[in-house]
Order: sequence, then C-alpha cells, then structure tokens
Amino acid sequence: MNDDRARDALDLAERALDAAMQGGVTEAEALVIAEDEALTRFANSQIHQNVAEIDVTVNLRVAIGKRVGVASSGRTDAEGLRRLAENATAIARVVEELEDWAGLPGPTPAAPVAAGFAQSTAAASPELRADAVRQVISAADDAGVTAYGSFSSGTETAAVANSLGVRVGGTRTIAQLLTVSMGPDGGSGYAEQAAVDVDAIDATAIGREAAGKARATANAVSLDAGDYPVVLEEYAVVDLLDMLGYLGFSALAVQEERSFVEIGKRIGSDLVTIIDDGQDPAGIPMGFDYEGVAKRRVDLLDRGICRGVVYDSQTAARDDVASTGHGLPAPNPWGPFPLNMVMAAGDQSRDDLIGGLDRGLLVTRFHYTNPVHPKLAIITGMTRDGTFLVEGGRIVGPVKNLRFTQSYLDALACTVGVARERRTLRGFLGGVVVPAIRLEAWTFTGTTEH
Amino acid sequence: MRDLTERALDTAASLGARYADVRIVRRHEESIAIKTGRVEGVASNETEGFGIRVLVDGAWGFASSHILTGTEADRVAGEAVRIARASATALREPAVLDDRPPAYGRYETPVDEDPFDVPLETKIADLLAADQAASAVKGIAFTESMYAAQREWKTFAATDGSFTEQTITHVGSAVEANAVEGDEHQRRSYPDSGGGWQAAGYEYIRSLDLAARAEPLADEAVELLTAPQCPSGRFTIILDPSQLYLQVHESCGHPTELDRVFGTEASYAGTSFLTTDKLGSGFRYGSELVTIVADATASGGMGTFGWDDEGVAAQAVPLVQDGIFAGYLSSRETAPRIGRSSSGAMRADGWNRIPLIRMTNINLLPRPGMSLDDIVADTDDGLYLASNRSWSIDDRRLNFQFATEVAYEIKGGKKGRLFKNPTYTGITYEFWRSCDAVGDERSYVMLGTPNCGKGEPSQTGHVGHAVPGARFRDVQVGVGKW
Repeated sequence: MNDDRARDALDLAERALDAAMQGGVTEAEALVIAEDEALTRFANSQIHQNVAEIDVTVNLRVAIGKRVGVASSGRTDAEGLRRLAENATAIARVVEELEDWAGLPGPTPAAPVAAGFAQSTAAASPELRADAVRQVISAADDAGVTAYGSFSSGTETAAVANSLGVRVGGTRTIAQLLTVSMGPDGGSGYAEQAAVDVDAIDATAIGREAAGKARATANAVSLDAGDYPVVLEEYAVVDLLDMLGYLGFSALAVQEERSFVEIGKRIGSDLVTIIDDGQDPAGIPMGFDYEGVAKRRVDLLDRGICRGVVYDSQTAARDDVASTGHGLPAPNPWGPFPLNMVMAAGDQSRDDLIGGLDRGLLVTRFHYTNPVHPKLAIITGMTRDGTFLVEGGRIVGPVKNLRFTQSYLDALACTVGVARERRTLRGFLGGVVVPAIRLEAWTFTGTTEH
Repeated sequence: MRDLTERALDTAASLGARYADVRIVRRHEESIAIKTGRVEGVASNETEGFGIRVLVDGAWGFASSHILTGTEADRVAGEAVRIARASATALREPAVLDDRPPAYGRYETPVDEDPFDVPLETKIADLLAADQAASAVKGIAFTESMYAAQREWKTFAATDGSFTEQTITHVGSAVEANAVEGDEHQRRSYPDSGGGWQAAGYEYIRSLDLAARAEPLADEAVELLTAPQCPSGRFTIILDPSQLYLQVHESCGHPTELDRVFGTEASYAGTSFLTTDKLGSGFRYGSELVTIVADATASGGMGTFGWDDEGVAAQAVPLVQDGIFAGYLSSRETAPRIGRSSSGAMRADGWNRIPLIRMTNINLLPRPGMSLDDIVADTDDGLYLASNRSWSIDDRRLNFQFATEVAYEIKGGKKGRLFKNPTYTGITYEFWRSCDAVGDERSYVMLGTPNCGKGEPSQTGHVGHAVPGARFRDVQVGVGKW
C-alpha cells in the first residue's frame, strides 16, 4: 500500500465490511473510492471554469446465499455504515437467487503499481494548472489563434475488503491537458497529453501543436465523401480501441453473443497487436480491479488474431477460468472492460505513414462516434480539428470535416502501417497507449459546412 | 442547512468574493436491472455534499466537499476563492451577472405514488413480469429491463439573499428485447432504449404498462433478423416520438445553448451553428410548422423545477417560433451579452459540479389538424422510423446521422413490412425546413433522457422532451453500402 489515503480507505472498507457481516450475510465486499480532483478549464484564451472536489463513496455488495444486494453511500460515520449495511442486506433479502452466482473473489497478489502514483500530481495546485494554461494561451497568442481546453489533475484511491480475505488499497494519479486552438479563418487544431506525473505534461508543446494545426487548417475546402486511404493520428486511434473494448473485448459481450471476438479468428492485419496491461508504466497503471483482484496482462489481438477477452469474477466463473482483474463496481450489468489498452508500436515514422498515401486523408481526431451496427463494429462519427488531403505522399491542404460510417473491424484488417512513436492518452475506458496508423480504406459518408 | 449556507457565504465574502452561491444537495437513487428474466442488480445509492461557487474580481472559482461541517465550509470557501484568484491570472473579460430578483421559496415535484414507498418486491415483480414476457419469445437471445428512481433535495443560497429549497423526483423504466443470429443483432425497446423517464412518481411507471408491450416488442426484434436491409436513397420519412425527441435534443437543444455559442464548450462538445448574428435576423431554422420551446414548467418533464441552479425562476422561452430562430438557453452570465435576461437554464449534476447551461424541457409543439395516423395515411411512399439506436452530430450541430431500431415501409398511406438497420442523415436546418407535417396533441408525449453529457469534468443531465410525430421530405436514408 503506497500512502495514507489508501490506508484510510482500507480502514473505512473494513469498517463497512464489519457492519455488513454483523447483519448475518453470507458474504460481503466493501469497495471504497475516494477522489480528490481538480480541473481548470479555458476558452477564448482565458480561464472560465475552475473547480475542485473531494468525495468518497462506499459501495457495499452483500450476498445471502445466492441473493445479492448492493448499496452505496457517501456517509462514512458508524451510523452511515450501519444504514448502508441495512440497505444492502434488505435488498439481498428480497431479490431472487442468482443461479450461477460464483461468490466473491478470493485474495490474489493484488497491489498498487508504484509507477501509477506521482506526489507532484497529488499535490498539484490551482496555481500550477493556471500557469500551464497560460503557456498554452501564450502559444496560441503567438500563432494568432484562440485557445480552448482543460487541464485536470487528481487522485483516485480505491480500497477493497471482502469476507474471503481480500484486502487491498492504492492511490493512482492522473493529469491530462487537452486543447483545441481555433483560428480566424475557420482553422482548428487539437493536442492532448495524459500522464501519471503532472510534471511530465509539456504545456508549451501541447499549445504549439494545436496552434500550428489551427493555422494549417485555415480556409479548408470541401471534399466529396467516398472511400479514401487514411492516416489516423493517435487521437483518432484512441477511439478505435475504446469502441472495440466497449463492444467486443469483454467476456460478457462474448457470453451474450454480441461480441465480434472469436478466439483464434483473424480480424486485423499482422501489424495490429493490442493488449490490456494495467502494469505498463507507459500508460496509466492500475494494479487491481474494483473487486480487489490483481490485474493480469491480457493479449486481446496478437498480430491480428483474437487471443483473449477480459474477465471479472462472475464472467470468469461462467467460463471456468480465473478473473483477469477487470471488474467494475457492483452492480455491473455491463460486464468487465479493458481499462488499460496498449497498441503495439510499428516501425514507421509519421512522415513514412503520410508518405505512403498516394491520395488520401490525414485525420487528427474523431468527434461524437457511436455504434450503428455493434456486432460488426460499424461506427459513425465526424472528423474534427485537423483533416488534410494528402497527394503523392505530401499534405496538400486542409479539407472540411467529413462524416464516416465505417467498420472498425475492417479498419483493423486493412491496417498497412503503424508508427513507432506512441502517445499516452485518456480514452473513455481509461488510459491508452497508441501509435498513429495508416489504413488502406476508410468510408466517408457525408460532409458538413466547416 | 441555513447555518452551513450562511457560514460558507460569509467566509467566501470575507475572503474577497463579490458574489457567491452555495448548493447543498442530497441525492437518493434506486435502480433495478434485469437481464433475461433474472434480477442482475438492485442498488441503492445516497450521496450528499455541498459546492461553493465564487466570483472574485470577475473570475470564477468552485470547490466542493462531501463533509457537511462548518469547519469544512470555511475550508471549501477558502479553496474556492483561491481557485478564483488563480483563474484571474488568465482572465481577459471579467464575468458579469445579470440582475434578477433574489429567489425565495420551495418547490416539489408533484408525485401521486412515492416511488421510494412502493415496496421493492412490487417494483421487482412488475419489471420481472415485463422482462419475462419478452424473454419468453422464441428467438430472443437476451432481454434487458431497467427501473430507476432518483430524488434530490437541494438547498440553494446566494450572497444576494436568495434561499430556495427543492425536492425533485424522477422515475424511469424500459424493457428491451435482443435477437442475435450470426453477425446480426437486432433490438427493440419500449418506451425507449434509455428508458421512459418523467418527473413523476410510480404512477408513471404503472402507466407505461411494460408487461403488455413486451411480447409484441420481442416478436418484432426476432422478425427484424430476417427483414430486408433498409434501402438507401432519398425518402419521405415519418419520425415516431421515440426517435423525434432525440432529433430535437441533438439538433435544437444543444445548438441553442448559449455557452456553446460563446465557445465555452468548444474543446469538448463543440460550438454551435446558431451564432448570435442569426438571432433577430429572421434565420429560418425550420418550416413554419416548427415551433420549439424550452419550458421548465412543463408537467412531467425532467427539466421541470422551481428555480435553476443560480436562482432564476423556471420559465418557458421560445427557441424556434413558426420556423424562425427565436432564442437561446442561457445563464445570468451569458444572457446580458445578447441583451437578454437569463432563460433559467443553469443546472448542475449534483453537489460537486458547477451549473452549466443545460436543456430544460425542449418541446416540439403539436400542430392541430393531423394525428400521427393521419400523417401516415397522408403519405403515399415513405418510411416510418421508430426508437433510437444510435446518434451522432458534428461539433457545430449541423451534420447528423441517426439510426433507429426499425423502419416500417409506408405504401399508399399504410404501414407495411419491416426494414432492419435504418439510418438517416442530414444538415440540421435543411432537415427541419423539410418538415411538412407535425402531429397534433394525440401523439404528443413527454419523453426525455437521463444521460445528456456535457462539461469537464463530465456532467450527466436529466432533460425532458415533449414531442408528437412529424414528417420530413427528401431525406437521405442509408449510406449506400452494408
């Protein structure tokens, strides 16, 4: 256990567990999540929102035989914990038995990852964030564009205690700076960096990257929709991993026959390898899941071949395997998710990727993506903040944004280039480590006015 | 509560805040999730805390805590002021608030049958009956059914003397049937995939009569597995309220948020094509049949309240009047910039979030004359699209694409065979200008979404949409492949 926060959280979890067991339940699990987070937001090259919060939630799951109840509360005093235990137990008494209830998970070698915590992030002040924001704004000013974005920093402490002996706690830190620069002639650029250590965030570099792209996308021209080869920058690749993780790389999705994953089946080209690894210091590490189970590395795609999915304790029991440590807080009808995806690097530079396009598009990022056909992973969304026409391996100029309707599985299958450089970014499923990639084809199905 | 609010405000003022407000919020939630006839999860959640928002030298700061003590109120107020002073180091235009009379009073959602008093066994049994009716249909792979209730007790106080107390209750429920075969996964849901939601009590859940709707719904999901692919091309389409409400949400609700127009959501959700030069210029947003209001007083809407989260009284304001763009959702800070008063649309997702401009109830008003059935009967050749399945819209809210769970072919004024995997796409104002029929009161129904995302850190809003059905001409359906 790496800090006082974790010790306090585990102590609270144990008190909640004691309160539950006094109620005569068969099994109980207390999950404590304590957050200390802050975010500085800027728009029109000034700070306009600036917030901080501290919060704690005790999530109590109890079982009476195979009847399971869950309750959660922000109250941490003895009376609050007693009421919490009463609520969870009352629910367990009235629900039907879960025939395949596998019981709570037992102890595993779970521990926080040392590389997942940085004191500098835990101690980050509003002044530090404001200073970084001024650097981004300064870069925008220098380029004659306007800066928008946010800079967040904070800690998440998780502790789990259960009646089978699980006792684990730890604190993670994460900082994220993202910015959109917008120019007077319709130009727009994006840049982002996420890190465990706030000191690793290079605000000036992020500001310059976005500002430069905003200048480069001024006076974009319309391009007809259609099929084009593309280079997707890392910010766009995050969406591929997030959607595939959400739709398919979960044991529950496979068990419910709504996943595209079949172990041993090829869905990507040889260049595509994706793992989930909570221990990887290049990402945003996470040593154990919200059931207190140690996270294992899971090979999701190995050179294009489906190798595995992630499990929590309940889905693991159904397949008679061990949990991979990907459980979410109960109750969890969505199943386990890969929260630490890493895509393997390739051997090409960014220029190599672009140079491989005879006539195609360079895409910075996607906006508002959503599944149209979940099982085929057909997704629709828009490009945003930097879309360029490439001809003869050279960037010709900016184009207006396009709508796409594209199977992300087909995208994996036609991946023909992967960058050797990777970025650590924050997706909606957690920290991800991704390279830029080049695809033989991408289906754009609509246009817009900017 | 008054002791804590006064202490927080006094401390903030003594440290230099020219304006401050504080909200103490307690939220109780209860949920039931059923999957394929078995109760997967029953959960209860309680959270309580307070947040202090301060304005110091024209710069904003906000801090919040779950610890409800006077000492913590002092600490959090001090933290908010410190944050505001940090904001001031990167400030170009100091924030100015419009005048509004101090707010006083109480508001409570009208509830006939308190959802938290209905025995849990009853609620589980009601939902289980609906889920089992769907899962019993041959060919159904899995079903998912949900029930949820949320009650929020909220105390608001500000340095201008405002003090309001509100108790808001929302309930929602849905049943969903899924059929899977090979690569095909078809779904039908009622009343909506996200659930039918209202500001009401358990009487609303009973009125949905989920059990009676479940079996035909599941039959349709199975039928869709072998239904032909929805054709691509230009079509006349009729949108059922179960899809039209989200069309209103995405293409009218969000672009009329004045903070988006001013760029303060640019880095996340985006901006808006409805720039301020279009207001008062006669900009035609839709056909003359299209009138859309933001009505925080509408019965049953999840955007109904007594006062917003900066103490502005609930009101109804036109956004689109007879097709002409007419107004914005706004706040005390943004409204003066266009010479108007706040529309009372500042809403926060709990004690630990700042209020943002959010939708209240964004309603497409019915037009007397034609029922939804009349509109179908009046359509020679077209498609009737129901129940949202997917949505996406660009960062200025222009190019949208929606998928629905089902399309029914319309020939000679009658609904016929089913098509699977329908999508339609367009440009917002072109689409609304193509509206040539809006249903009357007979199909006008209050729906809403409990998961409207906005802001950083993220906030989830409960918003309402009352809509009838409507018809649109010459709309692009499908993408020509797959």
